[in-house]
Amino acid sequence: MTALVEVNNISKSFESFLAVDDINFSLEKGEVLGFLGPNGAGKTTTMRILTGFLKPSSGSIKINGLDLFKNLKKAREFIGYVPEGSPLYNEMTTIDFLSFICEIRNIDKGQNLSKIIKLLDLDEVLLQKIDTLSKGFKRRVGLAQALVHDPKILILDEPTDGLDPNQKHEVRKLIKKLGKEKSIIISTHILEEVKAICNRTMILSNGKLLIDDTPTNVLKKSSSYNNLLVSVHDKSANELKKELQTLKSFKYIDVNNNLCSIKLKSTTDASFLSNYLLKKKYAIKHYSINKGQLDEVFRQLTNTE
Amino acid sequence: MRQFLSITKRELISYFATPVAYVFITIFLLLSGLFTFYLGNFFEIGQASLGSFFEWHPWLYLFLVPAITMRLWSEEKKSGTIELLTTLPVSTLNIVLGKFMAAWLFTLLALILTFPMWITVNYLGTPDNGVIMASYIGSFLMSGGYLSIGIFISSLTKNQVIAFIVSVTICFLFTVSGLPIVLDFFSSWAGEAITDVIASFSFLANYSDISRGIIDFRTLVYFLSLIFLFLYLNVITLDNSRN
Repeated sequence: MTALVEVNNISKSFESFLAVDDINFSLEKGEVLGFLGPNGAGKTTTMRILTGFLKPSSGSIKINGLDLFKNLKKAREFIGYVPEGSPLYNEMTTIDFLSFICEIRNIDKGQNLSKIIKLLDLDEVLLQKIDTLSKGFKRRVGLAQALVHDPKILILDEPTDGLDPNQKHEVRKLIKKLGKEKSIIISTHILEEVKAICNRTMILSNGKLLIDDTPTNVLKKSSSYNNLLVSVHDKSANELKKELQTLKSFKYIDVNNNLCSIKLKSTTDASFLSNYLLKKKYAIKHYSINKGQLDEVFRQLTNTE
Repeated sequence: MRQFLSITKRELISYFATPVAYVFITIFLLLSGLFTFYLGNFFEIGQASLGSFFEWHPWLYLFLVPAITMRLWSEEKKSGTIELLTTLPVSTLNIVLGKFMAAWLFTLLALILTFPMWITVNYLGTPDNGVIMASYIGSFLMSGGYLSIGIFISSLTKNQVIAFIVSVTICFLFTVSGLPIVLDFFSSWAGEAITDVIASFSFLANYSDISRGIIDFRTLVYFLSLIFLFLYLNVITLDNSRN
Protein backbone atom coordinates (compact mmCIF):
# COMPACT_ATOMS: atom_id res chain seq x y z
CA MET A 1 0.00 0.00 0.00
CA THR A 2 1.37 3.41 -0.92
CA ALA A 3 1.48 6.03 1.75
CA LEU A 4 -1.20 8.71 1.53
CA VAL A 5 1.22 11.38 2.64
CA GLU A 6 4.94 11.19 1.98
CA VAL A 7 7.15 13.97 3.25
CA ASN A 8 10.76 13.91 2.09
CA ASN A 9 13.29 16.15 3.81
CA ILE A 10 11.27 19.33 3.76
CA SER A 11 12.77 22.53 5.12
CA LYS A 12 11.31 25.99 5.10
CA SER A 13 13.07 29.20 5.90
CA PHE A 14 11.67 32.70 6.09
CA GLU A 15 14.62 34.94 5.33
CA SER A 16 17.15 33.91 7.99
CA PHE A 17 14.67 32.08 10.22
CA LEU A 18 14.47 28.33 9.79
CA ALA A 19 10.86 27.40 10.56
CA VAL A 20 10.95 23.77 9.45
CA ASP A 21 14.20 21.85 9.54
CA ASP A 22 14.52 18.70 7.45
CA ILE A 23 11.33 16.84 8.32
CA ASN A 24 10.63 13.35 7.04
CA PHE A 25 7.68 11.06 7.51
CA SER A 26 4.97 9.15 5.75
CA LEU A 27 1.42 8.49 6.74
CA GLU A 28 -0.97 5.69 5.89
CA LYS A 29 -4.69 5.16 6.04
CA GLY A 30 -5.94 4.75 9.58
CA GLU A 31 -3.19 6.79 11.14
CA VAL A 32 -4.14 9.75 13.28
CA LEU A 33 -1.04 11.80 13.75
CA GLY A 34 -0.77 14.44 16.46
CA PHE A 35 1.70 17.26 16.02
CA LEU A 36 2.87 18.48 19.37
CA GLY A 37 5.17 21.33 20.10
CA PRO A 38 5.45 24.71 21.74
CA ASN A 39 4.26 27.81 19.91
CA GLY A 40 6.57 28.59 17.03
CA ALA A 41 7.79 24.99 16.75
CA GLY A 42 6.81 24.79 13.09
CA LYS A 43 3.51 22.89 13.35
CA THR A 44 1.43 25.39 11.40
CA THR A 45 4.16 25.96 8.82
CA THR A 46 4.44 22.21 8.23
CA MET A 47 0.68 21.95 7.74
CA ARG A 48 0.69 24.91 5.39
CA ILE A 49 3.35 23.18 3.31
CA LEU A 50 1.38 19.91 3.26
CA THR A 51 -1.65 21.74 1.84
CA GLY A 52 0.43 23.63 -0.70
CA PHE A 53 -0.27 27.01 0.86
CA LEU A 54 3.47 27.45 1.28
CA LYS A 55 6.25 26.00 -0.81
CA PRO A 56 9.09 24.32 1.07
CA SER A 57 12.54 25.80 0.54
CA SER A 58 13.73 22.26 -0.15
CA GLY A 59 12.35 18.73 -0.12
CA SER A 60 9.28 17.21 -1.70
CA ILE A 61 5.81 16.01 -0.78
CA LYS A 62 3.68 13.28 -2.28
CA ILE A 63 -0.05 13.21 -1.71
CA ASN A 64 -1.66 9.88 -2.60
CA GLY A 65 1.37 9.19 -4.80
CA LEU A 66 1.23 12.55 -6.63
CA ASP A 67 3.95 15.16 -6.31
CA LEU A 68 2.07 17.97 -4.55
CA PHE A 69 3.65 20.95 -6.26
CA LYS A 70 3.53 19.41 -9.71
CA ASN A 71 -0.15 18.44 -9.37
CA LEU A 72 -1.37 21.09 -6.98
CA LYS A 73 -4.97 21.03 -8.14
CA LYS A 74 -5.37 17.27 -8.36
CA ALA A 75 -3.52 16.58 -5.11
CA ARG A 76 -5.69 19.04 -3.21
CA GLU A 77 -8.76 17.03 -4.11
CA PHE A 78 -7.56 14.39 -1.64
CA ILE A 79 -7.10 16.86 1.19
CA GLY A 80 -9.53 18.45 3.60
CA TYR A 81 -7.99 21.31 5.52
CA VAL A 82 -9.03 23.40 8.49
CA PRO A 83 -6.48 26.21 8.81
CA GLU A 84 -5.46 27.71 12.15
CA GLY A 85 -8.41 29.49 13.77
CA SER A 86 -10.78 27.94 11.22
CA PRO A 87 -11.26 31.06 9.05
CA LEU A 88 -14.64 31.28 7.30
CA TYR A 89 -16.49 33.79 5.15
CA ASN A 90 -18.37 35.35 8.04
CA GLU A 91 -20.74 37.42 5.97
CA MET A 92 -22.19 34.31 4.29
CA THR A 93 -24.86 31.99 5.61
CA THR A 94 -23.78 28.46 6.52
CA ILE A 95 -25.57 26.91 3.56
CA ASP A 96 -24.29 29.49 1.05
CA PHE A 97 -20.77 28.92 2.29
CA LEU A 98 -20.93 25.13 2.16
CA SER A 99 -22.58 25.25 -1.28
CA PHE A 100 -19.73 27.43 -2.48
CA ILE A 101 -17.18 24.88 -1.29
CA CYS A 102 -19.13 22.11 -3.04
CA GLU A 103 -19.21 24.09 -6.28
CA ILE A 104 -15.48 24.75 -6.20
CA ARG A 105 -14.79 21.11 -5.42
CA ASN A 106 -17.22 20.00 -8.09
CA ILE A 107 -19.22 17.93 -5.63
CA ASP A 108 -22.86 17.02 -5.95
CA LYS A 109 -24.54 19.30 -3.44
CA GLY A 110 -27.52 17.09 -2.70
CA GLN A 111 -26.23 13.91 -1.13
CA ASN A 112 -22.78 14.76 0.17
CA LEU A 113 -23.79 18.00 1.72
CA SER A 114 -26.83 16.68 3.54
CA LYS A 115 -24.74 13.81 4.91
CA ILE A 116 -22.15 16.22 6.30
CA ILE A 117 -24.82 18.59 7.65
CA LYS A 118 -26.30 15.67 9.51
CA LEU A 119 -22.93 14.40 10.72
CA LEU A 120 -22.02 17.76 12.20
CA ASP A 121 -25.54 18.62 13.29
CA LEU A 122 -25.70 21.91 11.40
CA ASP A 123 -29.39 21.81 10.45
CA GLU A 124 -30.50 24.55 12.79
CA VAL A 125 -27.91 27.10 11.64
CA LEU A 126 -28.05 26.60 7.87
CA LEU A 127 -29.70 29.93 7.18
CA GLN A 128 -27.79 31.84 9.81
CA LYS A 129 -24.89 34.12 8.93
CA ILE A 130 -21.62 32.58 10.04
CA ASP A 131 -20.55 35.60 12.10
CA THR A 132 -23.62 35.18 14.31
CA LEU A 133 -22.74 31.57 15.17
CA SER A 134 -21.20 30.41 18.43
CA LYS A 135 -17.58 29.31 18.41
CA GLY A 136 -18.60 25.65 18.55
CA PHE A 137 -20.80 25.96 15.49
CA LYS A 138 -18.12 27.90 13.63
CA ARG A 139 -15.68 25.06 14.26
CA ARG A 140 -18.22 22.57 13.01
CA VAL A 141 -18.81 24.60 9.85
CA GLY A 142 -15.02 24.65 9.42
CA LEU A 143 -14.92 20.86 9.73
CA ALA A 144 -17.91 20.45 7.41
CA GLN A 145 -16.08 22.50 4.79
CA ALA A 146 -13.13 20.12 5.04
CA LEU A 147 -15.28 16.99 4.82
CA VAL A 148 -17.78 17.62 2.00
CA HIS A 149 -15.63 15.82 -0.56
CA ASP A 150 -14.92 12.88 1.75
CA PRO A 151 -11.14 13.41 1.55
CA LYS A 152 -8.61 10.68 2.16
CA ILE A 153 -6.43 13.07 4.10
CA LEU A 154 -7.62 15.46 6.75
CA ILE A 155 -5.35 18.21 8.07
CA LEU A 156 -6.63 20.07 11.11
CA ASP A 157 -4.71 22.90 12.73
CA GLU A 158 -5.77 23.03 16.38
CA PRO A 159 -9.29 21.76 15.74
CA THR A 160 -10.49 22.06 19.35
CA ASP A 161 -8.87 25.37 20.21
CA GLY A 162 -11.32 27.61 22.08
CA LEU A 163 -14.06 25.02 22.50
CA ASP A 164 -15.70 24.14 25.80
CA PRO A 165 -15.07 20.66 27.27
CA ASN A 166 -18.27 19.18 25.83
CA GLN A 167 -17.55 20.50 22.36
CA LYS A 168 -13.97 19.28 22.60
CA HIS A 169 -15.24 15.85 23.47
CA GLU A 170 -17.61 15.86 20.47
CA VAL A 171 -14.91 16.95 18.03
CA ARG A 172 -12.48 14.34 19.37
CA LYS A 173 -15.08 11.64 19.06
CA LEU A 174 -15.68 12.67 15.46
CA ILE A 175 -11.98 12.73 14.60
CA LYS A 176 -11.51 9.31 16.14
CA LYS A 177 -14.39 7.96 14.10
CA LEU A 178 -13.11 9.50 10.87
CA GLY A 179 -9.61 8.28 11.61
CA LYS A 180 -10.50 4.69 10.78
CA GLU A 181 -11.08 5.54 7.13
CA LYS A 182 -8.61 8.37 6.58
CA SER A 183 -5.19 9.73 7.36
CA ILE A 184 -5.54 12.57 9.80
CA ILE A 185 -3.00 15.09 10.96
CA ILE A 186 -3.92 17.34 13.84
CA SER A 187 -1.85 19.89 15.66
CA THR A 188 -2.48 20.76 19.24
CA HIS A 189 -0.82 21.80 22.40
CA ILE A 190 -3.38 20.01 24.48
CA LEU A 191 -1.51 16.88 25.46
CA GLU A 192 -4.51 14.88 26.65
CA GLU A 193 -5.94 15.31 23.16
CA VAL A 194 -3.09 13.34 21.68
CA LYS A 195 -3.62 10.52 24.14
CA ALA A 196 -7.34 10.54 23.46
CA ILE A 197 -7.37 10.43 19.65
CA CYS A 198 -3.97 9.86 18.09
CA ASN A 199 -2.21 6.62 17.35
CA ARG A 200 0.97 8.42 16.41
CA THR A 201 2.70 11.43 17.93
CA MET A 202 5.34 13.79 16.68
CA ILE A 203 7.00 16.32 18.88
CA LEU A 204 8.43 19.33 17.10
CA SER A 205 10.66 22.01 18.48
CA ASN A 206 12.44 24.79 16.64
CA GLY A 207 11.40 23.25 13.35
CA LYS A 208 12.99 19.89 14.13
CA LEU A 209 11.20 16.59 14.48
CA LEU A 210 12.28 15.27 17.89
CA ILE A 211 10.06 12.24 18.31
CA ASP A 212 7.92 10.15 16.00
CA ASP A 213 6.28 7.31 17.89
CA THR A 214 3.02 6.00 19.34
CA PRO A 215 1.70 7.97 22.32
CA THR A 216 2.30 4.95 24.60
CA ASN A 217 5.95 4.75 23.62
CA VAL A 218 6.38 8.47 23.98
CA LEU A 219 5.03 8.20 27.52
CA LYS A 220 7.78 5.70 28.36
CA LYS A 221 10.30 8.48 27.90
CA SER A 222 8.70 10.37 30.74
CA SER A 223 10.92 10.52 33.85
CA SER A 224 7.98 9.54 36.04
CA TYR A 225 7.12 6.53 33.86
CA ASN A 226 6.69 3.38 35.94
CA ASN A 227 6.89 5.20 39.24
CA LEU A 228 4.97 3.49 42.01
CA LEU A 229 3.04 6.02 44.08
CA VAL A 230 2.06 4.80 47.50
CA SER A 231 0.81 6.15 50.80
CA VAL A 232 -0.56 4.45 53.92
CA HIS A 233 -2.74 5.56 56.81
CA ASP A 234 -0.32 4.21 59.42
CA LYS A 235 2.67 6.38 58.55
CA SER A 236 3.62 9.64 56.95
CA ALA A 237 5.11 9.49 53.49
CA ASN A 238 8.53 10.48 54.81
CA GLU A 239 8.50 7.72 57.40
CA LEU A 240 7.45 5.21 54.77
CA LYS A 241 10.25 6.39 52.51
CA LYS A 242 12.82 5.80 55.26
CA GLU A 243 11.41 2.36 55.98
CA LEU A 244 11.45 1.31 52.33
CA GLN A 245 14.97 2.59 51.87
CA THR A 246 16.20 0.12 54.47
CA LEU A 247 14.73 -2.80 52.52
CA LYS A 248 16.41 -2.47 49.20
CA SER A 249 18.51 0.08 47.38
CA PHE A 250 16.00 1.75 45.08
CA LYS A 251 17.60 3.96 42.51
CA TYR A 252 15.03 6.62 42.99
CA ILE A 253 12.73 7.15 45.92
CA ASP A 254 11.20 10.44 46.89
CA VAL A 255 8.17 12.13 48.43
CA ASN A 256 5.79 14.18 46.33
CA ASN A 257 2.41 15.56 47.42
CA ASN A 258 2.39 13.25 50.46
CA LEU A 259 2.95 10.23 48.26
CA CYS A 260 5.99 8.08 48.35
CA SER A 261 7.27 7.69 44.79
CA ILE A 262 9.53 4.78 43.83
CA LYS A 263 10.98 4.09 40.41
CA LEU A 264 10.28 0.46 39.47
CA LYS A 265 12.99 -1.15 37.43
CA SER A 266 11.31 -4.50 36.99
CA THR A 267 8.07 -6.34 37.71
CA THR A 268 9.78 -8.08 40.66
CA ASP A 269 10.25 -4.64 42.21
CA ALA A 270 6.51 -4.13 42.04
CA SER A 271 5.58 -7.48 43.52
CA PHE A 272 8.26 -7.16 46.18
CA LEU A 273 6.81 -3.86 47.34
CA SER A 274 3.19 -4.94 47.26
CA ASN A 275 4.02 -8.10 49.19
CA TYR A 276 5.91 -6.12 51.77
CA LEU A 277 3.04 -3.68 52.28
CA LEU A 278 0.57 -6.57 52.65
CA LYS A 279 2.80 -8.42 55.09
CA LYS A 280 3.05 -5.31 57.25
CA LYS A 281 -0.76 -5.07 57.14
CA TYR A 282 -0.59 -1.37 56.34
CA ALA A 283 -3.88 0.33 55.57
CA ILE A 284 -3.24 1.52 52.05
CA LYS A 285 -4.45 5.01 51.23
CA HIS A 286 -3.08 5.22 47.74
CA TYR A 287 -1.42 2.77 45.40
CA SER A 288 -0.84 3.46 41.69
CA ILE A 289 1.73 3.06 38.99
CA ASN A 290 2.44 6.13 36.87
CA LYS A 291 1.99 5.51 33.15
CA GLY A 292 4.17 8.48 32.33
CA GLN A 293 3.14 12.00 31.56
CA LEU A 294 3.13 13.53 28.14
CA ASP A 295 3.67 17.05 29.42
CA GLU A 296 6.79 15.82 31.20
CA VAL A 297 8.24 14.41 27.99
CA PHE A 298 7.16 17.56 26.25
CA ARG A 299 8.99 19.76 28.75
CA GLN A 300 12.07 17.50 28.84
CA LEU A 301 12.40 17.75 25.07
CA THR A 302 11.32 21.25 24.25
CA ASN A 303 12.60 23.24 27.18
CA THR A 304 15.70 24.81 25.75
CA GLU A 305 16.51 27.24 28.57
CA MET B 1 -15.10 28.07 -16.01
CA ARG B 2 -17.51 26.66 -13.42
CA GLN B 3 -15.08 27.47 -10.66
CA PHE B 4 -14.55 30.98 -11.97
CA LEU B 5 -18.30 31.56 -11.92
CA SER B 6 -18.58 30.12 -8.41
CA ILE B 7 -15.96 32.58 -7.19
CA THR B 8 -17.79 35.44 -8.91
CA LYS B 9 -21.06 34.37 -7.34
CA ARG B 10 -19.56 34.08 -3.89
CA GLU B 11 -18.01 37.52 -4.13
CA LEU B 12 -21.30 39.07 -5.21
CA ILE B 13 -23.12 37.37 -2.32
CA SER B 14 -20.56 38.95 0.01
CA TYR B 15 -21.04 42.42 -1.49
CA PHE B 16 -24.75 42.35 -0.87
CA ALA B 17 -24.50 40.64 2.52
CA THR B 18 -22.86 43.77 3.93
CA PRO B 19 -23.92 47.41 3.61
CA VAL B 20 -20.90 48.04 1.34
CA ALA B 21 -22.87 47.38 -1.84
CA TYR B 22 -25.80 49.63 -0.93
CA VAL B 23 -23.62 52.44 0.35
CA PHE B 24 -21.47 52.30 -2.76
CA ILE B 25 -24.36 52.36 -5.19
CA THR B 26 -26.15 55.14 -3.31
CA ILE B 27 -23.06 57.32 -3.12
CA PHE B 28 -22.20 56.65 -6.75
CA LEU B 29 -25.67 57.69 -7.90
CA LEU B 30 -25.81 60.72 -5.61
CA LEU B 31 -22.39 62.01 -6.58
CA SER B 32 -22.82 61.39 -10.29
CA GLY B 33 -26.09 63.36 -10.17
CA LEU B 34 -24.60 66.10 -8.07
CA PHE B 35 -21.59 66.52 -10.31
CA THR B 36 -23.68 66.50 -13.47
CA PHE B 37 -26.21 69.07 -12.34
CA TYR B 38 -24.11 71.40 -10.18
CA LEU B 39 -20.54 71.19 -11.39
CA GLY B 40 -21.32 70.08 -14.92
CA ASN B 41 -23.94 72.81 -15.52
CA PHE B 42 -26.22 70.27 -17.13
CA PHE B 43 -29.08 72.74 -17.64
CA GLU B 44 -27.04 75.81 -18.53
CA ILE B 45 -25.35 74.05 -21.44
CA GLY B 46 -28.75 73.66 -23.01
CA GLN B 47 -27.85 70.53 -24.96
CA ALA B 48 -29.56 67.16 -24.86
CA SER B 49 -26.39 65.20 -24.10
CA LEU B 50 -24.88 63.30 -21.20
CA GLY B 51 -21.43 64.77 -21.76
CA SER B 52 -21.43 66.57 -18.43
CA PHE B 53 -22.49 63.30 -16.77
CA PHE B 54 -19.78 61.07 -18.23
CA GLU B 55 -17.12 63.74 -17.85
CA TRP B 56 -17.04 63.14 -14.09
CA HIS B 57 -16.80 59.36 -14.16
CA PRO B 58 -12.98 59.13 -14.02
CA TRP B 59 -13.00 61.27 -10.86
CA LEU B 60 -15.78 59.28 -9.26
CA TYR B 61 -14.01 56.00 -10.01
CA LEU B 62 -10.77 57.39 -8.70
CA PHE B 63 -12.17 57.35 -5.14
CA LEU B 64 -15.01 54.88 -5.29
CA VAL B 65 -13.29 51.99 -7.08
CA PRO B 66 -10.43 51.73 -4.55
CA ALA B 67 -13.13 51.72 -1.87
CA ILE B 68 -14.50 48.51 -3.39
CA THR B 69 -11.19 46.89 -4.17
CA MET B 70 -9.29 47.71 -0.98
CA ARG B 71 -10.90 44.84 0.91
CA LEU B 72 -10.84 42.22 -1.83
CA TRP B 73 -7.53 40.62 -0.85
CA SER B 74 -6.65 42.58 2.26
CA GLU B 75 -9.65 41.22 4.11
CA GLU B 76 -8.95 37.64 3.02
CA LYS B 77 -5.42 38.03 4.33
CA LYS B 78 -6.50 39.57 7.59
CA SER B 79 -9.24 37.05 8.37
CA GLY B 80 -7.19 34.10 7.14
CA THR B 81 -9.77 33.01 4.56
CA ILE B 82 -7.04 33.35 1.93
CA GLU B 83 -5.60 30.14 3.33
CA LEU B 84 -8.93 28.41 2.92
CA LEU B 85 -9.51 29.77 -0.57
CA THR B 86 -6.05 29.17 -2.01
CA THR B 87 -5.80 25.61 -0.70
CA LEU B 88 -8.97 24.57 -2.54
CA PRO B 89 -8.42 22.77 -5.84
CA VAL B 90 -8.79 25.92 -7.92
CA SER B 91 -6.18 27.85 -9.88
CA THR B 92 -5.03 31.29 -8.79
CA LEU B 93 -6.05 32.62 -12.20
CA ASN B 94 -9.63 31.49 -11.67
CA ILE B 95 -9.75 33.13 -8.26
CA VAL B 96 -8.35 36.43 -9.55
CA LEU B 97 -10.64 36.45 -12.59
CA GLY B 98 -13.64 35.60 -10.41
CA LYS B 99 -12.93 38.40 -7.98
CA PHE B 100 -12.37 40.87 -10.79
CA MET B 101 -15.51 39.82 -12.65
CA ALA B 102 -17.64 40.22 -9.54
CA ALA B 103 -16.29 43.72 -8.97
CA TRP B 104 -16.78 44.60 -12.64
CA LEU B 105 -20.36 43.31 -12.70
CA PHE B 106 -21.04 45.23 -9.53
CA THR B 107 -19.78 48.45 -11.14
CA LEU B 108 -21.89 47.64 -14.19
CA LEU B 109 -24.93 47.44 -11.96
CA ALA B 110 -24.13 50.87 -10.50
CA LEU B 111 -23.76 52.21 -14.06
CA ILE B 112 -27.03 50.67 -15.20
CA LEU B 113 -28.78 52.25 -12.25
CA THR B 114 -27.92 55.69 -13.65
CA PHE B 115 -30.57 55.06 -16.35
CA PRO B 116 -32.83 57.87 -15.04
CA MET B 117 -30.19 60.24 -16.47
CA TRP B 118 -30.63 58.71 -19.86
CA ILE B 119 -34.44 58.89 -19.55
CA THR B 120 -34.16 62.54 -18.48
CA VAL B 121 -32.17 63.68 -21.52
CA ASN B 122 -34.41 61.70 -23.83
CA TYR B 123 -37.43 63.36 -22.23
CA LEU B 124 -35.92 66.85 -22.49
CA GLY B 125 -34.60 66.59 -26.01
CA THR B 126 -33.29 64.26 -28.68
CA PRO B 127 -29.76 63.25 -27.73
CA ASP B 128 -27.52 61.06 -29.85
CA ASN B 129 -28.17 57.74 -28.16
CA GLY B 130 -25.29 56.14 -30.06
CA VAL B 131 -22.86 58.48 -28.33
CA ILE B 132 -24.49 57.75 -24.99
CA MET B 133 -24.16 54.00 -25.54
CA ALA B 134 -20.50 54.39 -26.53
CA SER B 135 -19.92 56.50 -23.43
CA TYR B 136 -21.43 53.86 -21.23
CA ILE B 137 -19.20 51.23 -22.81
CA GLY B 138 -16.19 53.51 -22.38
CA SER B 139 -17.02 54.21 -18.77
CA PHE B 140 -17.46 50.49 -18.11
CA LEU B 141 -14.11 49.68 -19.73
CA MET B 142 -12.39 52.40 -17.78
CA SER B 143 -13.88 51.16 -14.50
CA GLY B 144 -12.30 47.77 -15.32
CA GLY B 145 -8.93 49.49 -15.56
CA TYR B 146 -9.35 51.13 -12.16
CA LEU B 147 -10.60 47.85 -10.66
CA SER B 148 -7.69 45.77 -11.90
CA ILE B 149 -5.21 48.25 -10.42
CA GLY B 150 -7.11 48.35 -7.13
CA ILE B 151 -7.37 44.58 -6.78
CA PHE B 152 -3.68 44.18 -7.53
CA ILE B 153 -2.71 46.73 -4.86
CA SER B 154 -5.02 45.01 -2.39
CA SER B 155 -3.11 41.76 -2.89
CA LEU B 156 0.07 43.41 -1.63
CA THR B 157 -1.10 44.29 1.87
CA LYS B 158 -3.38 43.12 4.64
CA ASN B 159 -4.09 46.71 5.63
CA GLN B 160 -7.16 48.10 3.90
CA VAL B 161 -6.27 51.75 4.53
CA ILE B 162 -2.90 51.32 2.87
CA ALA B 163 -4.55 49.48 -0.02
CA PHE B 164 -6.97 52.37 -0.46
CA ILE B 165 -4.41 55.18 -0.35
CA VAL B 166 -1.91 53.46 -2.63
CA SER B 167 -4.66 52.51 -5.10
CA VAL B 168 -6.00 56.07 -5.24
CA THR B 169 -2.50 57.39 -5.83
CA ILE B 170 -1.70 54.97 -8.65
CA CYS B 171 -5.11 55.40 -10.22
CA PHE B 172 -4.61 59.16 -10.03
CA LEU B 173 -1.32 58.88 -11.92
CA PHE B 174 -2.98 56.78 -14.61
CA THR B 175 -5.86 59.22 -14.82
CA VAL B 176 -3.89 62.39 -15.23
CA SER B 177 -0.82 61.17 -17.09
CA GLY B 178 -2.07 62.93 -20.23
CA LEU B 179 -2.56 66.32 -18.60
CA PRO B 180 -0.03 69.14 -19.25
CA ILE B 181 0.94 69.28 -15.60
CA VAL B 182 2.39 65.75 -15.81
CA LEU B 183 3.64 65.96 -19.38
CA ASP B 184 5.49 69.24 -18.80
CA PHE B 185 7.34 67.59 -15.98
CA PHE B 186 8.52 64.76 -18.26
CA SER B 187 9.05 66.70 -21.49
CA SER B 188 11.68 68.88 -19.86
CA TRP B 189 14.07 65.95 -19.57
CA ALA B 190 12.60 62.71 -20.94
CA GLY B 191 12.31 63.54 -24.63
CA GLU B 192 9.27 63.54 -26.86
CA ALA B 193 8.94 59.81 -27.45
CA ILE B 194 8.71 58.92 -23.78
CA THR B 195 6.36 61.83 -23.11
CA ASP B 196 4.07 60.57 -25.86
CA VAL B 197 4.06 57.08 -24.38
CA ILE B 198 3.17 58.46 -20.98
CA ALA B 199 0.43 60.57 -22.52
CA SER B 200 -1.03 57.55 -24.28
CA PHE B 201 -1.36 55.77 -20.93
CA SER B 202 -3.79 58.38 -19.72
CA PHE B 203 -7.25 57.19 -18.77
CA LEU B 204 -8.61 60.65 -19.51
CA ALA B 205 -7.25 60.77 -23.05
CA ASN B 206 -8.48 57.27 -23.91
CA TYR B 207 -11.79 57.87 -22.26
CA SER B 208 -12.45 61.20 -23.93
CA ASP B 209 -12.16 59.57 -27.36
CA ILE B 210 -14.70 56.95 -26.50
CA SER B 211 -17.09 59.38 -24.82
CA ARG B 212 -17.25 61.38 -28.03
CA GLY B 213 -18.86 58.31 -29.53
CA ILE B 214 -15.79 56.86 -31.23
CA ILE B 215 -14.97 53.34 -30.08
CA ASP B 216 -11.42 53.24 -31.36
CA PHE B 217 -9.80 49.83 -31.60
CA ARG B 218 -6.70 51.22 -29.89
CA THR B 219 -8.71 52.41 -26.91
CA LEU B 220 -10.30 49.01 -26.59
CA VAL B 221 -6.90 47.34 -26.73
CA TYR B 222 -5.53 49.87 -24.25
CA PHE B 223 -8.10 49.23 -21.54
CA LEU B 224 -8.25 45.47 -22.05
CA SER B 225 -4.49 45.05 -22.00
CA LEU B 226 -4.23 47.26 -18.94
CA ILE B 227 -6.79 45.06 -17.20
CA PHE B 228 -4.99 41.86 -18.16
CA LEU B 229 -1.62 43.26 -17.18
CA PHE B 230 -2.74 44.05 -13.64
CA LEU B 231 -4.69 40.81 -13.25
CA TYR B 232 -1.62 38.92 -14.40
CA LEU B 233 0.54 40.80 -11.87
CA ASN B 234 -2.05 39.86 -9.27
CA VAL B 235 -1.73 36.14 -10.11
CA ILE B 236 2.05 36.38 -9.94
CA THR B 237 2.04 38.11 -6.54
CA LEU B 238 -0.28 35.49 -5.10
CA ASP B 239 1.70 32.58 -6.51
CA ASN B 240 4.92 34.10 -5.23
CA SER B 241 3.52 34.54 -1.75
CA ARG B 242 3.88 30.76 -1.38
CA ASN B 243 7.64 31.08 -1.32
